[in-house]
Amino acid sequence: MAESAQATQKRQWGMVIDLDKCIGCQACVVACQSENNIPVNEEAHFNQRRAIQWIHIQRYWEGEWPHVKARFIPVLCQHCDNAPCEPVCPVYATYHNTEGLNVQVYNRCVGTRFCANNCPYVVRFFNFWEPAYPNSLKNQLNPDVTVRSRGIMEKCTFCVQRISRVRRQAKNDGTPIADGDRALNPACVNACPTDTLVFGDLEDPNSRVSKLRDKELVEGGRGYHLYEHLGTSPNVIYLKKVDKHAVEEPAHA
Amino acid sequence: MQEHIDLDQKQVNETLLKDVVGTPRWWLPAVGFLGMVFLAGVGAFGYLLNKGVGVWGQNRPVFWAFDMTNFVFWIGISHAGIMISAILRLTQAEWRRPVTRAAEVLTVFSLTAALMAAPLTHTGRPWRSWLWIFPYDFERGVWPNVRSAFVWDPSAVMTYLTASTLFVIIALLPDLAVIRDRTTGMRQKIYGFLCLGWRGTPRQWKLQAVAGILLSALVLPVFVSVHSIVSWDFAVQIGVEGWHSTIFAPYFIIGAIHSGVSAVATVMVLMVWLFKWDKVLRPDHFDAIGRLLIIVATVWFFAFFLEWVFALYTLEKPELVLRELQVFKMPYMPLFLTFLVTAFFFPVPLWLFKNVRRSLFWMFVTTISVNIGMWLERFLIIVPGIIRRQPTEFNWGSYHPSIIEILILTATFAWVAMGMLVFAKVFPLVPLFDIKEGMVGRHVIKIGRKIVPASIRE
Repeated sequence: MAESAQATQKRQWGMVIDLDKCIGCQACVVACQSENNIPVNEEAHFNQRRAIQWIHIQRYWEGEWPHVKARFIPVLCQHCDNAPCEPVCPVYATYHNTEGLNVQVYNRCVGTRFCANNCPYVVRFFNFWEPAYPNSLKNQLNPDVTVRSRGIMEKCTFCVQRISRVRRQAKNDGTPIADGDRALNPACVNACPTDTLVFGDLEDPNSRVSKLRDKELVEGGRGYHLYEHLGTSPNVIYLKKVDKHAVEEPAHA
Repeated sequence: MQEHIDLDQKQVNETLLKDVVGTPRWWLPAVGFLGMVFLAGVGAFGYLLNKGVGVWGQNRPVFWAFDMTNFVFWIGISHAGIMISAILRLTQAEWRRPVTRAAEVLTVFSLTAALMAAPLTHTGRPWRSWLWIFPYDFERGVWPNVRSAFVWDPSAVMTYLTASTLFVIIALLPDLAVIRDRTTGMRQKIYGFLCLGWRGTPRQWKLQAVAGILLSALVLPVFVSVHSIVSWDFAVQIGVEGWHSTIFAPYFIIGAIHSGVSAVATVMVLMVWLFKWDKVLRPDHFDAIGRLLIIVATVWFFAFFLEWVFALYTLEKPELVLRELQVFKMPYMPLFLTFLVTAFFFPVPLWLFKNVRRSLFWMFVTTISVNIGMWLERFLIIVPGIIRRQPTEFNWGSYHPSIIEILILTATFAWVAMGMLVFAKVFPLVPLFDIKEGMVGRHVIKIGRKIVPASIRE
């Protein structure tokens, strides 16, 4: 019966993003593109503002010249516990699974784009065109991930295919899922050279993410959620950049 | 006060049925032209089906634009029917008589146009839309998500479409019998079948009147529900700051009546110009609808003003940015000014003059202007709102419609116009029995020392 305990164990996948470590190298973006069969974003797609990047590094400038600082923030689906995208889907194409993931069922999606409008983080992407890959990349597609056709929504899944592969493996072997297992981590986490992204089970008190959450968010450190005032309770926690010269600006100034 | 229609019953039949029994010369070219415009839109839709939503100008984050604008616009036009035939019928406004059917038919066709705009051409995979619009999907066992405003939408619109169609059919029965008695051969058989055995017995008249009044009362909730639900497509969203507003439901309803009643006035002018029904549609009718429009437009403008007050009162940055975008930034500034002028500041002061209200030309110009303004209003709510110039929305851009979207928009107009023309050829667009009922029930009343014809009650 060890396997059923393994299967019914309550999990809550989450991520901690330490902005103090992010160097804006975009390795996570490339890893995500190749892991998740995301169509190649050509220049035209960016000009049409239809590029698909499940995780994207946003850069902005702080301060006046010559004291300008580049700031980076990786933005991906926040996997909100109270996700605004879920109740508005008429066909249940997006719903919350038992492991705290906000999942997208491509087969059900009819493409009303209601969810994309209701996402305050604007991290949902619509397939405006049929996905196209250059011939050299045809054999590179990940067999575990659906290639999405045109007319449907997609977004970051926390690499759900990797999670379920590890879960299956753990079930067969009767071993618990190890925290920080590289086979479990989403592609972006594995690719990050500076350990900015930390992925794990927020329900497990010994995992790195829940320790970081307790230290930085619960006890009051650098932790915050994006758009906390909307009450979406995201499972992605950001850690503020450490900057001793920073000037605090009041919110909604 | 109401002028009386100076025709006897035989003349009423002749005037109103001449284009059903015969065919006006311009009819076939007009319908052919509109049909071609409509087919161009169908072609554009085919191209859209073949290539995907990429052929539109939408992008991230502007996921809704022309499609939802057209949807809201046509649902708005459809509110003409319920206003004229339910509200005015229950309040016994006498001047509604010649326009009830035109308003109801306009409702039916504009609702179908709205369905074309939103679920049909709007979705990414239109061939699967029926799974949610007609949710009897026993095979997959996945039922629609009743929390979604997009599930409320089809139920409200379908209820309205059913009720309006029933309205049209019930009011048609006596007139179909009149046509049956005046045609021969195949046509007589078809009209005889359609009038469901109408012989004009007292019992049939009674049932028909009761059915009409019952339907009027039963569709009254639709009057508030349909456009409230359409507004909730936007207002329930926390993701778009500019849409998340509690005033949206009443604001959208009164806006819908503004554009719907204006559209009826436009149709009335066209009925006089095209079918020469100036003996039936008197300047008094235009005067009455003009007065109604002044009230509706003013209430709508008040709601519009309140929406701005509510938005600006908090002085929250996202709202201020949105309002600045709507009013001061290109390309929305000229659109906003056009909207303000055409929807309110041009027509409403003009309607205050009796000569304008009684002039066909001016009523035509002002009511067309209102609908241009009301289309722009919906566009200005939807697009600048969803552009979302927010701190974490790093994809700042704009939206430009593609030729495919414009073709689909014109196709919906052509569809409604063509539908009205075909209906006017096959059935009488002015209810004969209603006019005659008004003539029979007419009398004069004494107000003070003056004897005037009764215009409010019969």
